[in-house]
Parts: sequence; C-alpha cells; structure tokens
Amino acid sequence: MAFVCNWCTYAGADLAGTSRMEYRPNVRIIKLPCTGRIDPLFIIKAFENGADGVLVSGCHPGDCHYTTGNYHARRRWIGFKNLMEFVGIDMRRLHFSWVSASEAIKWVDLINNVTDEIKRLGPFMEYKGLKENRAEQRKG
Amino acid sequence: MPRIGVFVCQCGNNIASTVDTKKVAGEMSKLPGVVFTCDYKFMCSSPGQEMLKQAIKENKLDGVIVSACSPHMHEKTFRKASEAAGLNPYQCEITNIREQCSWVHHDKTRATGTVKSIDLTRMTIERLKRNKPLKKIKIPVRKKALVIGGGIAGIQAALDIAEGGRDVILVEKEPSIGGNMARLSETFPTMDCSQCILTPKMVEAELNERITLYTYSEVEKVDGYIGNFTVQIRRKSKYVDEDRCTGCGECIEKCPFKVESQFELNLTKRKVIYTPFPQSVPNVPVIDAPNCPKIQKDKCGACAIACGPKCIDFKMQDKIVTEEVGAIVVATGYQLMPNERFGEYGYGRIKDVISGMQFERLASSSGPTGGEIRRPSDGKVPQSVVFIQCVGSRDEKKGVSYCSKVCCMYTAKHTMLYSHKVHGGQAYVFYMDIRSGGKRYEEFVRKAIEHDNAMYLRGRVSRVYEKDGRVVVQGADTLSGSQVEIEADMVVLATAIVSREGADTLAQRLGIGYDKDKFYNEYHPKLRPVETVTAGIFLAGTCMGPMDIPESVAQGSAAASKVLALFSADEMAREPITSVVNRATCNACWDCLTACPYSAIERESVKDRQGNIVRWLAKVNEGVCQGCGVCVAACRSKSIDLRGYTDEQVYAAINAF
Ligand SMILES: Cc1cc2nc3c(=O)[nH]c(=O)nc-3n(C[C@H](O)[C@H](O)[C@H](O)COP(=O)(O)OP(=O)(O)OC[C@H]3O[C@@H](n4cnc5c(N)ncnc54)[C@H](O)[C@@H]3O)c2cc1C
Ligand code: SF4
Ligand code: SF4
Ligand code: FES
Repeated sequence: MAFVCNWCTYAGADLAGTSRMEYRPNVRIIKLPCTGRIDPLFIIKAFENGADGVLVSGCHPGDCHYTTGNYHARRRWIGFKNLMEFVGIDMRRLHFSWVSASEAIKWVDLINNVTDEIKRLGPFMEYKGLKENRAEQRKG
Repeated sequence: MPRIGVFVCQCGNNIASTVDTKKVAGEMSKLPGVVFTCDYKFMCSSPGQEMLKQAIKENKLDGVIVSACSPHMHEKTFRKASEAAGLNPYQCEITNIREQCSWVHHDKTRATGTVKSIDLTRMTIERLKRNKPLKKIKIPVRKKALVIGGGIAGIQAALDIAEGGRDVILVEKEPSIGGNMARLSETFPTMDCSQCILTPKMVEAELNERITLYTYSEVEKVDGYIGNFTVQIRRKSKYVDEDRCTGCGECIEKCPFKVESQFELNLTKRKVIYTPFPQSVPNVPVIDAPNCPKIQKDKCGACAIACGPKCIDFKMQDKIVTEEVGAIVVATGYQLMPNERFGEYGYGRIKDVISGMQFERLASSSGPTGGEIRRPSDGKVPQSVVFIQCVGSRDEKKGVSYCSKVCCMYTAKHTMLYSHKVHGGQAYVFYMDIRSGGKRYEEFVRKAIEHDNAMYLRGRVSRVYEKDGRVVVQGADTLSGSQVEIEADMVVLATAIVSREGADTLAQRLGIGYDKDKFYNEYHPKLRPVETVTAGIFLAGTCMGPMDIPESVAQGSAAASKVLALFSADEMAREPITSVVNRATCNACWDCLTACPYSAIERESVKDRQGNIVRWLAKVNEGVCQGCGVCVAACRSKSIDLRGYTDEQVYAAINAF
C-alpha cells in the first residue's frame, strides 16, 4: 500500500501512466493532501489489513506544496522507526521516498524495486489473522 | 443505508483494453450500499454526464463514484455534474483506473487491471460512505492591493492594478522607485535609453491617484489570508518632511560630507543627504543617518539652515503603518553576486576590473563620467576592454548552478556601446556559450560580432593580473585550441544575478516558498507562473529568477491581472478542505499550532458567565488553512481532523484494502 501526497507523487504516478510506462501491479495508492497528513497509525493499520509492505512518498524536501509538510513527515518518520520495530514490523517492508511530479521513471523504478524486495521477504505473516481474531473477540 | 452509484468508464479503449469494466461494475454492485452500477464508453462526454445526472435523480443516489481517469483530469467535471443533479459535489469521488491502472499494466488478458480496478474502486466506495457534504468557503475580499518592490516589475503591476480601478500601495525599500533598471544605460535589443523609457512610468506611478507610494519602507509583518491581509509597514525616517519638501536640492548642495554612492556602485561619491539619482521618484532627499554627524553627534546641521520650507527634522522617528489589503504582489528583484568571490579575476584588488552593472553606469549619460567610458583607476579612456561572461553563473562550485540569462545579451550590448563610444577601441569577450533566445536577440549578438567587431573567444579565463598599469588576461581559446594572453586597459565581469539579501526572511514573513538559490517559487512553473502556493500572493519579475525587462514587465502585468480578477467579485469561494477542531476533546497542547505551516491555528479562550477564562481551545482560521493536514497527524488526542480527508475516511479506505 502506498500513501502519497496529491501534489508531487500522485502527479508523478499519473505521469507514468500518461507516458504508458509499465510497472508491477501490486501497489494500491491512497492519496492524501500531503505527507504531513500521514499518521503513523495509517501504516500499522495497512499492515493489519494485509499489506505486505508500505510505501510513503511525497515531494522532495523543500518542494512540499504546503512548504514544510514533508519535513514534519520526515521528523515523525524518525521517531516512528523505533515504534515499528517495537510492534514487530521489519523496517525493510517500509519505504520512504521523494518522487516529484516529473519523476515518472523514479516512480516506476521505486514500485518495481519495493515490490521485488517485499516479494523476497515473502508475505507479512506476523499480523495475519489479526483482523479475524478481533472480529471474533468482538462477537465473543 | 447509503445509496451509492458506481460508474466505470471504458475511456474508449484506453481503459477497456486492459480492464474488464463490466466485471468491475458487476463486482461493485455486490457491495452493501451500492444500488446502481454501470460501465460506459466515455463518462466525461455529454451523454456520459447526462447519464450520471439521470442516475442520481432516478435512483436517489447520495454518493457517486466515477472510476475513470485521474481526479486531476475530471474530478471538477463530475463534481459539477453531480451538483447539477442536486447532489453535494463532495459526495462525488473519482477512482483513478486509467493513469494509475490501465495505462501502466499492459496485461492483455485484462486480469491484472481488472483486479486492481476492483480493489481501488472498493476502497473509494468505503471512503465515500464516510464523506460528509461540504460547502465551499466564502470569504469577503478587500479590494486594495500591496505591491512590494518598486522596480520595473512592481511599477508595472501597480500601474495596471490602478488602471483597473483599484487602490494600490507600492512599498519600496530605497529612497526612490526604479530598481536596477534605473542603473542601466541603454537596453538590448532595441538600444533605447533605460532612463528615457523608465522615468515616465515612475512619474506616472507617483501621480496616479490610486497609487500610494511608500518609499524608504519595508514590510515588517503580514497576517491574514487571501482577500484579508493585514500588513505592517515600517516607514524609515527620511529626516525630511515629504509633504513639504519641494525637491529644490538646496540641502544637498550645502551638505559638506560625502560618502560612497551605492546607486553608483561606489564609482563616485554622494552627499550624506541625498537622492539616489537625479530623476528619483519621489524627488525627496533622505539623510543617511549613520553617516550624518548632526544625527550622530549633534555637529553640523547645514542642510536644515539651507532648506527654505524648513522640512528637515533631525528628530524624526520611523513610523509603523498598518494597511489592510486583499492581495499582495511581490516584486523585490535581484542583486548581483559580490565579485569579491572571484579572486582570480582580480576584482577588488585591481581597480580597473569592474562589474557589468558598473559598466552600465560608465556608459550612462547620467552616470559618474557623463557617459564617457573612462576607467576607474586614472580616468583614461581604455583602448581595449576584456569582457568575461558567466562569472559565477553555471559554476556550481564557486557560484550558482543556473544561467543568469541576461549576461550574454548585455555583454553584446556593452561591446556595442563601447565601440560606439571609443572609436578604434577593441572589445574581447570570453564566453562559454552564447545564449540569445528571444525576439531579435540572436541578430543583436551577431551585430556586435560582425558589425562592431567584438572579438569573441570561447573559453575560460584562468588569471587576471596587473602589469605596468594594464590588466593582463590569460585564458584559453578552446576553438583554436590555444592559450591567449590579452593586455587590456579594463576588464568587465558579467557577474551572476542572485536573489536579494533577505529574500528568505521576506518569504517567511509572507509564507511563500523559495528554491535553493532563494528565488521565490511559482505555484506551477509552466501553468501558474505568477501565483504562489499561498492564495492571494503573486510574484513578478526577477525575484523568481533571472529575466530581462520585457519578461519582468509581462509578469508585472500578469500579476496585476490576477489581482484584478480576484477583486472582480465581492466574495470568493474556496475549497472546503480545511481542518476542524473537536472542541470536546481538544486539550490545548498546541501541537497543531506549532506544526501548522500557515499559522492557521489560533488560541481561543472559553469564558464562563463572569467572564473568567475557564479553558483554552485550538481554533482553525478557515481563511488561512490550506488543508495540508499536518496538524491532524500532529495532534495526539485526535482532536483535529481534516475535512475531505478525515481519519474515518482514510481508515475506511485502508480497511477495504
Ligand atoms: C548589467 C546588467 C545589464 C542589464 N541590461 C539589460 C538590458 O539591456 N535589457 C533588459 O531587458 N534587461 C537588462 N538587464 C536585466 C534587468 O535589469 C532586469 O530584468 C530588471 O531590472 C528586473 O526588474 P525587477 O523589477 O524584477 O527587479 P529590480 O530592478 O531589482 O527591482 C526590485 C525593487 O524592489 C526593491 N526591493 C527589494 N527588496 C525589497 C523589500 N524587502 N521591500 C521593499 N522593496 C524591496 C528594490 O529596492 C528594487 O527597487 C540587465 C541586468 C544587468 C545586471
Ligand atoms: S546635517 Fe547631516 S545631512 Fe544635513 S548637511 Fe549636515 S551632514 Fe549633511
Ligand atoms: S490543515 Fe494544514 S494549514 Fe490547515 S490548520 Fe492544519 S496544519 Fe494548518
Ligand atoms: S504536498 Fe507533497 S509532501 Fe507536502
């Protein structure tokens, strides 16, 4: 699952389409106004819902549409790494990258590389069944 | 239970060739809440839109999904159509199954594209179920503009706004408007005299009733948002009463002290009470306080005695004025990179190594030599001059990475001016490439080379040194593959155009972005070249990057037309994607307030009946909020949420993964 900002990465991904490039079909994008909107919990939720890897991508430092949103995202990111390890998520399943509106090729390479790396790691099993368990608990 | 309609577009074959749209529609019809589905050849066509409207009405839909091209393409189209059918436009969502699906997965069996389209559409449906109807935000517009910077770009913007019938305040930091163009002698490619075309515009700006000129002034603080800015301007003390001064110049005449003239780039001196140049607008002198012995040590006072209308006041203080405006145009221009950085060219060490701008002053009939080309060291007319281009430009190591754009042109101009003024004089030009894109520009450079016999040498200069009162330039001529050494009388450096000192501070005050070189960022470099990401703030001229006069003027006019368009309505509508505070749970930790890049969050006090403050709350100013959502992620008690991208909506999409 990919969380991307509307202004840079989403537009970059659109450009990849307009240029008829091809990439691995495994990604599902969620568009947000800015990477600064991304709550670390979104990522954990994504894993809970069966994602095997998560990608966060936005404008390059200094280029954020909202001037500094991505700095906030980056700052949060650093603190967040520890949390990830704590909740048992292998950091290799998590990628953070800057892709601008004109970097269609970078987007394509990114998706391909991330997909391949996660395929190598195999499905993310640690959280499998979590959702079902919770549903059962609620019932019971 | 919601009543959702899903419309899957085939986009001719653009989507249909790799996505089975019928199957996507069919799968979606099985989801709870989805009461209508269909697929269609072209959803964006008129019949497609009609069908959407019809379906909304007939099926009493309260939300629609169009799975089609990128929302950046047709979100507006479909939201408008939905609105026309009586649906709140924000109850219409787009799933991108073209740019981000059918076009990037070329699997001809259509399996891949179909599966992905189903997933993406399902995620959007779950998100849509949590959408709330939103209303565009209406804000009143104050129809008065502020222009910062009185160079040619700012003057043009101010004149055009005034012409359009709106009041303008033009703030200029120096004692006179005019900017760098006032320094130029003649201008490429037409060779008309800069002052002759500029001063009428300066005077027009002064006389126009709709324009208020604040010279010797700077913007200190900017609050508010589009349509409603409050600006504090520091009017630095001129020590001369502007309203009473007649501009007779008696004071300047009598002042006994001289210092280097910044306007003349230290080529000559000026008095301590001065106007930067004879055609200054306004024609009111100012006292250079740090250099005035009367102000510093109460000694002198000659100017006050000479002044007929008695308008000199040594006790005058800076004034802060507050203005309310609806739009701001930033036109603060450029400066040149200090040549001192280029030791190998001898600047600062060798008197006869000067900058291109200093050459403009030497060639200008109002300059220190009255327009005769005389070198600074001994006033001799130089018989040969070496011009060096790209000093600091296109030189990432020592200077800047970009091309200063005007140097090729003005160097050609300088060689022409030189050959016209010094008959028999020889001009040499060291260049890397000649960049003369522009109407009649290439012809202009050719003329310098072919008609005025400037000798162009392609290559870098390695060393400049003094020998027997001459300046020796050593360099490479890469075209002939030889080393050259030229004994010249003067050297002129085409130094890089850089952003103004303090450009970053002003940008932070205004809340606009700038690049690594501190030039201001336009909203979109191609399609929105004079807007900034901060609504209501526009840009014009060289504060964005190097450009010539025609471009600066065009941008001044463009920015003015943006301002006038904004002022054409009494109220303006904007996207309602803003954040809202949950007043029940906000614990006033101010995390959101510190995180917000726009200072859109304010402290609000809640009072009891006696008027005592019982608690504090964060409050979002909807006019300022740009909807980035940084505050939402910053808030630890989850007390602030972003309309259109609420936590609930995002989690719904994630859960539908
Ligand atoms: C040597 C040389 C020769 C050139 N010759 C030519 C030529 O022949 N033809 C041509 O087309 N172009 C020429 N140019 C380019 C030309 O000078 C510029 O295109 C033009 O002057 C840009 O105008 P501007 O209004 O953008 O900026 P500026 O002229 O720099 O004006 C900016 C104004 O804003 C003011 N200001 C700055 N900061 C603040 C602040 N914080 N608050 C208030 N006011 C502020 C400044 O004092 C200044 O008055 C030449 C450039 C150079 C260096
Ligand atoms: S008082 Fe200052 S400005 Fe006036 S004449 Fe004396 S030195 Fe010049
Ligand atoms: S959404 Fe962005 S602009 Fe709006 S209040 Fe929050 S941080 Fe500020
Ligand atoms: S808008 Fe792209 S990261 Fe902020």
